Amino acid sequence: MAEVRLERISKWFGATNVLPDVSLTIGDGELFAIVGPSGCGKSTLLHLLAGLDRPTSGRILFDGVDVTGLEPRDRDVALVFQNYALYPHMTVRDNLAFPLRVASRKNSLGRPQIEDEVRRVAGFLGLESLLDRRPGELSGGQRQRVALGRALIRKPRVFLMDEPLSNLDAQLRASMRAELRRLHEELKITTIYVTHDQTEAMTLADRLAVLNQGRVQQVDQPHDIYERPANLFVAGFMGYPPMNLLEARVEGEMLRAGPIRLAKSRVAPMFSLHQAVMLGIRPEAIVVEPAEKIGEEGSVAGVIRLIEPSGTGAWITVDFRGQDGPTTVIGTAVPGFVPKIRDSVAVVVQQATLHLFDPATGQRFGSA
Amino acid sequence: MTGQRSTVTREATSRVCLSEQAWGYLLAGPAFLLVGLLAVLPIAAALWLSLHRRLPIFGVEEFVGAWNYVQLWSDDRFWAACRTTLYFTALSVTAELLLGLWIALLLDGLTSIRGGSPRWAQVMIILPWAVPTVVSAQIWAWLYQPDYGLLNYLLRQAGLATAPIDWLADPDWAIHAAVMMDVWKTTPFAALLLLAGLKTVPGDLYAAARVDGAGAWKRFRLITLPLLMPIVVIVLVFRTMDAVRVFDAVYVLTGGGPGNTTETLSIYAYKTLFQTLQFGYGSALATAMFLIVAALSSLYLLLLRRHLRDVA
Amino acid sequence: MMPGAGGNGSRGGIRRFGVRGLAFCVLISAGLFCLGPVLWQAVTSVKSDQDLVRLPPILPEQATASHYERVLLQSPLARSLVNSAVVAASATTVSIVVGSFCAFALARLPIAGKPVILGLVLSTSMFPPIAVISPLYLLMRGLGLRDTLVAVGLTHAVYALPLAVWLLTSFFRQLPREVYYAARVDGCTPLRALLSVLLPLARPGLAVAALLVFIYSWNEFMFALTLTASDSIRTAPVAVALFPGLYEIPWGDIAAASLVITLPVAGLAALFQRHIVAGLTAGSVKG
Repeated sequence: MAEVRLERISKWFGATNVLPDVSLTIGDGELFAIVGPSGCGKSTLLHLLAGLDRPTSGRILFDGVDVTGLEPRDRDVALVFQNYALYPHMTVRDNLAFPLRVASRKNSLGRPQIEDEVRRVAGFLGLESLLDRRPGELSGGQRQRVALGRALIRKPRVFLMDEPLSNLDAQLRASMRAELRRLHEELKITTIYVTHDQTEAMTLADRLAVLNQGRVQQVDQPHDIYERPANLFVAGFMGYPPMNLLEARVEGEMLRAGPIRLAKSRVAPMFSLHQAVMLGIRPEAIVVEPAEKIGEEGSVAGVIRLIEPSGTGAWITVDFRGQDGPTTVIGTAVPGFVPKIRDSVAVVVQQATLHLFDPATGQRFGSA
Repeated sequence: MTGQRSTVTREATSRVCLSEQAWGYLLAGPAFLLVGLLAVLPIAAALWLSLHRRLPIFGVEEFVGAWNYVQLWSDDRFWAACRTTLYFTALSVTAELLLGLWIALLLDGLTSIRGGSPRWAQVMIILPWAVPTVVSAQIWAWLYQPDYGLLNYLLRQAGLATAPIDWLADPDWAIHAAVMMDVWKTTPFAALLLLAGLKTVPGDLYAAARVDGAGAWKRFRLITLPLLMPIVVIVLVFRTMDAVRVFDAVYVLTGGGPGNTTETLSIYAYKTLFQTLQFGYGSALATAMFLIVAALSSLYLLLLRRHLRDVA
Repeated sequence: MMPGAGGNGSRGGIRRFGVRGLAFCVLISAGLFCLGPVLWQAVTSVKSDQDLVRLPPILPEQATASHYERVLLQSPLARSLVNSAVVAASATTVSIVVGSFCAFALARLPIAGKPVILGLVLSTSMFPPIAVISPLYLLMRGLGLRDTLVAVGLTHAVYALPLAVWLLTSFFRQLPREVYYAARVDGCTPLRALLSVLLPLARPGLAVAALLVFIYSWNEFMFALTLTASDSIRTAPVAVALFPGLYEIPWGDIAAASLVITLPVAGLAALFQRHIVAGLTAGSVKG
């Protein structure tokens, strides 16, 4: 187990600056997720941590020791790949045993000891019956567990995972998520988990970092990232459905975003008159009510464009026609109300957290 | 499995640790070394030799600079060999390309009709490629035999010839006999390469073209040919290089005769080197040959590089 | 026979048969063109000396094994076959080992000047053998290797390297990157990763490359001709080329000899034809 620190890491590939400047500290035993869209540089970061590549500048420290120049095998890290990267020509047993067989003379174990370790890891992950099979004969979930086993058998200091669940079907993904959580609880190995699936990151991580175009946007606990996104990118990226982001202006005592009017008192008076802001409202805070409610205090009339059923309720996309042009928000139906597409509805913004961002910098103003 | 901490500390510095890059040089080294010693060095040596007059028999060895090349320029036999070589190359490569394309189209067409060109067809076609060049020369020498050779016999039977043609002794026919033999030997290679190229053309393109109303010839000209160009260029480059350097088969077939009419550059160089033992001049001839091959390849690649864009 | 023809019943039934039949006929004639000369050589090799000089008949009334007897038992050809086998086997081994190491480095390791190395190795395949033959001869003589199998084998290994490296590099590039990374993270040096993980996965490519190098070496003539001198060291193609007798050309014997030395490589080519074609074309089609 180790504390992992990235100091001012930058990585250039030819003329492309993939990671301009990344600094992160991951605590000993933490399950830390790095989340971001494709191409944001998260896999590159993982490769740098593993030692498969060197940063152009910056340092990587494990427990205060500079490992930037060390080869992968000297860093004592394990990496689980997106495609598992199992050795196709070896049995599961040989795949698991491989890291132990390759170990340097100083650290190497005898044949019987290796057998013991293999059986132990196989037992831990439920692979005993598969030991003599080849990867080609296994299902996706089974391969994933073999990849985990191969990574764990060396008892690494740091455990790196590159989108390990993205190749599994939805159901398997959910059960594997629970499995990974359990593993982490038991083993307490510092784990750095890279994914583009923000739901996954939010459910698994102790803390997470949001990455975009090679820059860290925010580092926080999942709850805080959700409740207090630091900028427009994090606000729009984290959470499903995505936060409604609307252009808004102060007009008199009201904050107006399209046809939506909110009392200025609901937001902190930190900006001047007529200043434009970006207003962020989570879909949970927008309620869609039957057409009869149109005209009531605080409601706005709109037309349903799309209905997305989800569990007990539905996410509803509503179009408005305002003075400044069309606006669209996503909200949730009031309990008991089952609307249809193209219905006219009334939309109300609940008393809930409103987020305000500076349209120029994207940064958060402070919550309401 | 308990959460044991990994207490084993890795002592990285006490072990010989090569970077990936160092390993790269180490692993690529032997190839580089071997090629450097046994290929690059000799070529450089040949160049060096070509700047000398070296006749071991007479013990002559003197530096003469570019004199050999000056001699070359006014050497009629050299120019004759050049002409012969280029004539041979032009005929051979054209024939191979056309025949190869035709066979490839045949096999590909059979694939779409039958779902697979028969294995025996592919085996038959690869046979000439596998035959050693000297064997090929002997097979054809026997076929070309004026009195008992099969070719003359068949021509007589077909009524196409009355008197036996002495293919290898007739100065007009000899070079063409050599071309025919080379075409036989190397067309399969061209055909197989072109067939592979044909297979990479997505069938959907043809279907779309048919729907658009294009006939077979149009489809060939506008879809097949353009998409096949990268392979055609590769075949052209490889075959031209091989044809210009041809030695084995022609040497065994005709020895350069009759009267030097089939004397290609390499045969002339070989004779100069190993029969008259003029190492200096022979090397100059060989170097000239190398330059011609390089020039032709570069010319092809320059003129046709737009077709190779996707390949590189 | 037209590109894109056939397929899903786009032509009428009878016309389809006509096109198919025509294509078949043409294919058979092409096949005969390829096979014919070799077949004729086979027929020739079993004709008695008297039958050889009489045409018609094409086929002999009685086949004779006398040519094969003479060729295999009374000439240096048998010995030369062994020599060829030894040379081809060792050239293949050296070429494949050295070539796969180099190909791996070029495909996966971060070395500088890759285009230079690749360009250098490939450009040697442009050298006319005739250009290098005299310095090479002098070099071998200087090393004391004149008229040895080692000289020929080594030369073949080196001149087959461009082919091996070209084929194997594109093959290694096609192997998934992650398997190499996994091996590295598991603690392998690049060499260990190559030996334990990548080479086993590259077996098909290695087999094709080995096949092609073997065939090249077996059939090679010029180097074998100039670097050897005595009958006992000669390789098969050279022995066959120097066959013609002093006074008259023994066509029957030559036919027998040529078939004997062709059989191994023809057999290999026939058996592995699909792999050979795939190997040769994979490199060029994908570039």
